[in-house]
Amino acid sequence: MTKIDLSGRVAVVTGASRGIGFAIARRLLAAGATVIVNSRRIDADVVAELLAVAPDRVHLEPGDIADPDGARQLVRAVFSRHKRLDILVNNAGIMRAAVIGMISDDDLRATLDLNLASPIHLIQAAARLMARTGGSIVNVASVVGLEGASGQLAYAASKAGVGGMTRAAAKELAPKGVRVNAVAPGYIETDMTENLGEAVRAQSLESIGLGRAGLPDDVADAVLFLSSDMARYITGQVLRVDGGMVI
Amino acid sequence: MTLEDKVFAAFQETFDLAEDFDRTLLVYRDYPEWDSIGHMTLVAALETNFDAMLEANDILAMSSFTKAVEIMSRYDEN
Repeated sequence: MTKIDLSGRVAVVTGASRGIGFAIARRLLAAGATVIVNSRRIDADVVAELLAVAPDRVHLEPGDIADPDGARQLVRAVFSRHKRLDILVNNAGIMRAAVIGMISDDDLRATLDLNLASPIHLIQAAARLMARTGGSIVNVASVVGLEGASGQLAYAASKAGVGGMTRAAAKELAPKGVRVNAVAPGYIETDMTENLGEAVRAQSLESIGLGRAGLPDDVADAVLFLSSDMARYITGQVLRVDGGMVI
Repeated sequence: MTLEDKVFAAFQETFDLAEDFDRTLLVYRDYPEWDSIGHMTLVAALETNFDAMLEANDILAMSSFTKAVEIMSRYDEN
């Protein structure tokens, strides 16, 4: 098996303090990349676990990227310290499940700001830096954005937007040697899905062809592949990582 | 190299200009090659030459060679 080697590459992972983002950061570190870990809050145990993988290649950049200035500041910090950016993983996201009549303006705005606008701001800032060396952007979408799901209108809309963003950015950035892809996870065991409750979990498991819920590492491996030169001729794609889930 | 020459070097790289090119003709959307695509190429050249990352507002405000010199003066460390 060919080993993926990201030595010398600089990566940013947003929402990296837990769940899928944390698994992605760990995978990229294990593959040799220097990883800038972003999240609003980064707990000490998370830091300790990442430092255990590669103490000299973990850099913490806590901040709220739902704020456009926060997103731009993150890329400026990468530029100041590293002068390059090879991999951007737009993972940070929230899901506030609610039936249509119960979606508050605040929840809608928060969902769109973080899930949809923040990756756009980061791509805007990162693209110019990545254009110097070429690079790979991986957005974390969702099968809910592809298929829709009852009670998840705002989340589905935001993640559908991530798919459109991925395809548009891929076309515009291809001449600069920057690839843009997305993964669309299905039902993955994280804090986010735990909040959906046991009934949704049971229903979701029944709909998964491979017969089990996904793990954060299942998604992280797909992101690692898309980030690497193994995927050097792949751009503009949304890869389902859902175990054959039928919604 | 003066600040103005350093900025002009980025314009030269981007638009393939001769050394004696009249710099007053360099106005966004007036000079034929300075369209939105050319603008981003120019910004990349400036960022490389100045080893800096431009703010979004500065990118949007860069409407002429003169304005570019004014803006880049804030990023020039030499």
